[in-house]
Amino acid sequence: MIIKDEYDVVVVGAGPAGSSTALAIARSGLDVLIVDRNQELGCPKRCGEGFGDYALNQIGLKRNEKWVDQYINGALLYAPNGKKIVMDYGKDVGYIIDRKKFDKWLALEACKAGAQIQTKTIVDGIIKESDFVKGIHAKFLSEHFDIRAKVVVAADGAESTIAKKAGMKIPSSPNFFDSGFQYEMAGIDLEDKKKLEFYFGQKIAPGGYIWIFPKGEDRANVGIGISAENSRTAKAYLDKFIKTNRKFEKGSIIEVNGGAIPLGGVMHDMVMNGLLVVGDAAHQINPLHGGGLAESIIAGKIAGTVISDAIAKNDVSRRGLSNYNRIWWKERGNKLKNLEKAKTLFEKLSDRQLNTLANELDKKKIEEITSGNLSKLMKLISKLAIVGIKEKLGF
Amino acid sequence: MIINKEKCLKCGGCVSVCPVQALKLESELKCDNDKCIKCKACINFCPVGALKLEVSK
Repeated sequence: MIIKDEYDVVVVGAGPAGSSTALAIARSGLDVLIVDRNQELGCPKRCGEGFGDYALNQIGLKRNEKWVDQYINGALLYAPNGKKIVMDYGKDVGYIIDRKKFDKWLALEACKAGAQIQTKTIVDGIIKESDFVKGIHAKFLSEHFDIRAKVVVAADGAESTIAKKAGMKIPSSPNFFDSGFQYEMAGIDLEDKKKLEFYFGQKIAPGGYIWIFPKGEDRANVGIGISAENSRTAKAYLDKFIKTNRKFEKGSIIEVNGGAIPLGGVMHDMVMNGLLVVGDAAHQINPLHGGGLAESIIAGKIAGTVISDAIAKNDVSRRGLSNYNRIWWKERGNKLKNLEKAKTLFEKLSDRQLNTLANELDKKKIEEITSGNLSKLMKLISKLAIVGIKEKLGF
Repeated sequence: MIINKEKCLKCGGCVSVCPVQALKLESELKCDNDKCIKCKACINFCPVGALKLEVSK
């Protein structure tokens, strides 16, 4: 092993949240190590891969063509009765990325700034001394070792075993998780290679939706997110949709992805003495559309800045780190909390209500709604749905 | 808990929803049956139906 036995900060998880956190810390000149349990960064992917420029600009990085698979200029929304709503922005407003390339690229940006990474490293315990987290017990392949750090960052995804091991209370109620399943497919007869497709309906995807995100030529991520309370599996719903839809007739399944989507349950307190939690692990996901990429990157920047500041002031206690709670809630938390309410409302809509909603949304009205002239509840729900889609597209 | 290893995607979703941390995902998914409280949260969650409760005879 090349790594040292002591760092200022150890980040557990080299996804977007972990890399963004490490990048901010490395830029401040501190010594930071990222460990990841997988042997390859960005794998396995658990993501629809929709993204936009906004979050990257926040951390001073630019879009890189090598991980952009397809530019997107709008969306097609399908109501339960099949009615289609076309949203066309007339220009590119977002893109579908290749997470394997993107995650590696972002992690390497952190390395360029001075961070170190080690993959295939499983954290199997937390070093805790007089109520302070002081580092991790880990193994690289089968080699056991300890790493001490002033701050440990739990960026280990929806399972967040690190924060739990350290004794933090993480929301684990199934109400706060959607069940996600996705095929990356090739050979699909896509309606419009530059538009996202969304399918709604209690029989199609109860409490959620099915998405088709084009990845260039005849490829796409075809996925589903549903509430975990269903008697049938997410796979069963998606398979039924694919079987009954002619555009998949000659399709190939080139990748199978699954995972928990921590929808809702945003945490008020994400710090303890010497530890901070970020990204999916902290339920930092847009509860309306389930996108977490941008949220993770922005939260990582806030976390990294607060940690650097706390170390400079020599106070990594929960008090020293609590600025992270304050800043994140001000910048993102309140917004996500409101969207969580909207989601609760939206997922309760019956197919009939969804159809009515779709009928209301002809092109002109969508423009009205996106410009914000609303009063009635029904229109409010529509607006929230549109806002969700817009964010997915990176507005 | 019986884990169907052929179906399991190792996505870790079940680990997220387990209230007692009985499930563990390293190179493969394992369940500590002494910890398991048979609440079925993981079974309901699993996107591919890879988990099943043991039927006692």
